[in-house]
Amino acid sequence: MRRVNKDERTRISFTLNGRAVSGEAESRMLLTDFLRHVIGATGTHVGCEHGVCGCCTVLIDGVAARSCLTLAVQAEGRAVTTVEGLAAPDGALNALQQAFQRHHALQCGFCTPGILMSFTDYLARNPHPTEDEIRDVLSGHLCRCTGYAGIVAAVRAVSAGNSKQPS
Amino acid sequence: MNVRSQSSGDFLSQALGIPLVRKEDPALLSGRGRYADDLPVASGTLHAHVIRSPHAHAKILKIDAAAALALPGVAAVITGEDVRQLTDPFLIALKAPVHQWSLAVEQVRYVGEAVALVVAESRYVAEDAAELVQVDYDPMEAVTDPLAACDKSAPLLHPACKTNEISVRKFAYGDTAAAFAAADRVIALTVDYPRLSFTPMECYVVVAEYRPHDGSYDVLANFQGPFSTHPVMAKALRVPGTRLRLRIPPDSGGSFGIKLSVSPYVVLAAIAAKITGRPVKWVEDRAEHLAAASSGPNRITRIEAAATLDGRILGLRLDQLEDYGAFLRAPMPGPLYRMQGSVTGAYDIPNVEVTNRIVLTNKMPASLIRGFGGPQLYLAIERLVQRIAVELGLDHLDVIRRNLIPAEKFPYRTAAGALYDSGDYARAVATAIGDGRLDDLKRRRDTARAAGKLYGIGFAAVVEPGMSNMGYLSTLLTADARERAGPKNGAVSMATVNIDPLGGVSVSADVTVQGQGHQTVLSQIVADRLGLDPADIKVTLELDTAKDAWSIAAGTYSCRFSPGTAVAAHIAATRIRGRLAGIAANQLNVLPDDIEFADGQVRSRSNPDNALPFGRVAGTAHWSPVMLPDGMAPGLSETGVWSPPELEPPTSDDRINTSLTYGFIFDMCGVEVDPVTFSVRVDRYVSMHDAGTLLNPLIADGQVHGAFAQGIAAALYEEFVYDENGNFLSGSFADYLVPTVSEIPPLEILHQETPSPLTPLGAKGMAEGNCMSTPACIANAVADALGVKDVSLPLTPLRLHALMAGKP
Repeated sequence: MRRVNKDERTRISFTLNGRAVSGEAESRMLLTDFLRHVIGATGTHVGCEHGVCGCCTVLIDGVAARSCLTLAVQAEGRAVTTVEGLAAPDGALNALQQAFQRHHALQCGFCTPGILMSFTDYLARNPHPTEDEIRDVLSGHLCRCTGYAGIVAAVRAVSAGNSKQPS
Repeated sequence: MNVRSQSSGDFLSQALGIPLVRKEDPALLSGRGRYADDLPVASGTLHAHVIRSPHAHAKILKIDAAAALALPGVAAVITGEDVRQLTDPFLIALKAPVHQWSLAVEQVRYVGEAVALVVAESRYVAEDAAELVQVDYDPMEAVTDPLAACDKSAPLLHPACKTNEISVRKFAYGDTAAAFAAADRVIALTVDYPRLSFTPMECYVVVAEYRPHDGSYDVLANFQGPFSTHPVMAKALRVPGTRLRLRIPPDSGGSFGIKLSVSPYVVLAAIAAKITGRPVKWVEDRAEHLAAASSGPNRITRIEAAATLDGRILGLRLDQLEDYGAFLRAPMPGPLYRMQGSVTGAYDIPNVEVTNRIVLTNKMPASLIRGFGGPQLYLAIERLVQRIAVELGLDHLDVIRRNLIPAEKFPYRTAAGALYDSGDYARAVATAIGDGRLDDLKRRRDTARAAGKLYGIGFAAVVEPGMSNMGYLSTLLTADARERAGPKNGAVSMATVNIDPLGGVSVSADVTVQGQGHQTVLSQIVADRLGLDPADIKVTLELDTAKDAWSIAAGTYSCRFSPGTAVAAHIAATRIRGRLAGIAANQLNVLPDDIEFADGQVRSRSNPDNALPFGRVAGTAHWSPVMLPDGMAPGLSETGVWSPPELEPPTSDDRINTSLTYGFIFDMCGVEVDPVTFSVRVDRYVSMHDAGTLLNPLIADGQVHGAFAQGIAAALYEEFVYDENGNFLSGSFADYLVPTVSEIPPLEILHQETPSPLTPLGAKGMAEGNCMSTPACIANAVADALGVKDVSLPLTPLRLHALMAGKP
C-alpha cells in the first residue's frame, strides 16, 4: 500500500475522462478540490461537502462516488470520469444530455453534473429502469430549481430510447 | 409539450411564445458553466475563512489571533475592530440604531454571526488557522420567540432601540369599523409562518481586489440584486459607487432571493483585500450557509374577517408581526411591505386595516426569498377563507368564488392601492375544477374516508405580483417622513442590443443569471423583432456595474424579468428594427412601412424578392454612416429603457401600487394523512396559472414546477429550528430537510393567458406563485382532513402528532 505523510505534498496521477492527469497535493486534499483547483476541471461542483446533495458525483472506475467524501490520493491510478467526459470530442451532447435539454431538466445547472454522472453509472448497469427505479437513484441528489419533474422525464425518455436499441 | 430545438440556420416562423429549448443548456450539461468559483483568479490571490459565533447573544471580550498569525501562510486575521475602523455600518430602510457591520462589533447576536476573517495562502491553511484563534465571549440571555421578544422584559438585541419591536405601522383603507359593525359574523385566526430558506445549491462566492492608485474595489460576487444594495455596499466601504465595481459571473447556481445576502461579504472581502494588499477569495461552505446566509422571515399573523352569513367578506383586519432576526438588512422589511397593495389577495374586499410590526430576535437575519411576503400573507388569508366556510357551514370553494374579484372590474384598484392589470379569476377557477378534476378529488376523498382514512381537499386562490415598485418600501415610513425624504416610485428596466459589422446581434441586460433561462427568452424577444433565429442572438448577462446600463431596480428578483427587462429588450430591438428598416428602404427603393424582417433578410413585404441579407443592412450602418437616411443617428446599439407610469409613489393615505403586473393562481389538492405515522401524502395537485402572455411555455412550466417543489418544502419539510437559547438545530442537510424527488408529488399545470394591458408583451411575472399558493393549499387540505383549525407549517409528522394527541 502506498504511504503518504500528512505534511508532505504528494504527486497524484490518474486518468480523467480517458486522459492521464497528474498534480501535487497534500494528502488531506479532497478529490473535488483536486479536480477543480489543481487539474482545472471545474465541471464537478461542490454543493454541501457532507455527502448529501450529490452535486459532486463522479465515476471512479465506472462507479458513482461522492468526490467531496473522497480524498484525491484515493484516486491514484484509477479511472475518474466527470461531466466533462460525457459529450463527444466535438462537443455533441450524448443522449442523456440531449434529453436533459429537451425536457428542461435543469435550470441553474449546478446540481446537474452530479445527476448526469449518477445516471451514467446507473443506466450502464440497468438500461431499462422503471420510473420507481429512476426516482430511487435521483433521490440521492438535491435539486432546488426544477422540482425534479423534467429530470425524471429526461431519464425516462433516454431509457425508452435504450429499449429500442438495446446495447 | 412539443419543444423546439435551437439550431442555427433553421429559421422559426415564430420566435416568441414557443417552447424553445434553452441556449444555456449545452454548456451547463457539459461541465462548461462559468460559476463564480470556476473563474480564474489573479496569481497571489489569498483565501478567506470566516470564524463564526457559537453563541446566540454574547459580548466579545477578546480575540487572540497570535497563534493563528504565527502559522506559515497566514496573511491576516481581521476582526470587528478592523471593520469598524475601515467601514461604516450598512444603511437600513428604517431610522433606527440597528448597526450591522460585515463582522460582529463588540457583541454577537446570533449563532453563526461572522466574528473574524482569517486570510491565508489556501483555504486549508485558513481553516487550520481559524482553529487557533481564541475568542472569549461573555454569554448573554437570548430571545428567539418573536412574541417573547416584544415583551418589555426581553433581552434587547440593540439596546439603543430600547425595544425589539422596532417598527409598528397601522394602515386603514376604507371603513373597516363599519364593515365589522355590519357583519353577521367575525371569524378570526392566528397563523404562524416558519423560517426557511430555499438554499441554492451553490453557496456564496466573493473575489475582491483593492486598487490602491484610485482607492477602488473590484469585486466579483454571485450577487443577484436588487442593485439598490450596491449603494449600501459602497457607503459601507466609504467610496462613491464608481469605486465599487461589482461584477457578476456568467452562471450562478440558483438564488431564489438568497444571494442578495452575499452583500455583507462583498464588503468584508473588499476590506480584506485592502488590508492584505492582495486579492482575496471567499467561498462559503454549506454549514455556514445554513447557519448564517439568509432566511425568509417568520411571521405571526392575526387575521379576522367581517363576514355575512353567505360568506361574503366585508372587511379584513390583519396584525402581522414579522421576525427579521438579529438585524434589518436593506432592503428589509421588503416581505412585510411588498404585498401591501395586494393585502386583500384575489378578493373584492373594500375595507381593510393592517398593522405591520417588525421584531428583532437572536436568529440569523432574514432577507429576500422567493415568494417575498406572499407565502406569509396567503397562508393567513387562505386559511381564513377556509375557516369562514367551516364556521358558517358553507362550501369552501363557494366562499372563494363569492369573494373573487369579478372579471368586469379589471383593471381593478384594490383597497390598499394596487392596480390589478387584468384577470378573469372565475374562469380560471372554472377551468381548473372542470374536466372532472374536482369530481375526481371528491371521489378520492369519499373513497378514502369510507375506508377510515384521513383525507382532505384544499384550495388556494392567490394574486402573484410581478416587478416591484421601488417606492413600496417607503410605505414603511409615515407620509410626513416620505415627504421629507422625497418620493420614491417606479422601476427602471434596461437592455441593450448591439449589432456588429457582420450583422451579429448581441444583447446585454440588467438581470443576473440564476437559471431562469433569461438568455433564451431575450434571444427570442430580439429574434422576433429582427427576423432572426434565436440561436444566432448572443446574450451576455454577466452584469458589470462599471460598464453596463443599470438602475437601482436591476437584478433578478420579484419577478421583474417578464414585465420589466423583457420589455426593455423589446423596446431596444424595436428601435434597432426601425433604424435598419430606414436603411433598407433606401437601398431597396421602398417605403420603410413596406419593410419586413424575416428569415434573416430585410425585404419588401409586397415584393419579398426585393431583399437584402440582414448582415448587409447592418454593415451599412457601420461602414457608411454618411450614407444613412437623413436625420438617422449613426451606430447600431440601442439601450431600451422601460419605466411604467403606473408605479406611482405611495399616496398621502398610504395607498400603494406595489407592483406592475398581477397574475392569478388557483390551486387545489387532495391529501391523505396517515393516522399512525402522521405523514402527509399529496394525492393529487392541480395548479392553474394566469400569467398573461407566456414568452416561453417550456421555461414557464419549469418555473412552476420549481416553485411548487419549494412550496411543498415549506408546507411539509423545511424549517430553520432554534432552541429557546438560540442554538441552531438545522445545521446540515441531514437536519434541514430539502425534499428529494421522493417527496415531490406529481403536479398538473394549467394555463390561461389574460395579457397585461400595461406591458407591450402582455407578460406578467410568474416564477414565484406556487411558493405563495402551495403552502396555503396544503395547509387547507390538512385542516380539512383532520378537521382542525390550527395547522402550523411545516406539517411534519411530529407536529401533526402533537396536534392530534388525545383526539379520538
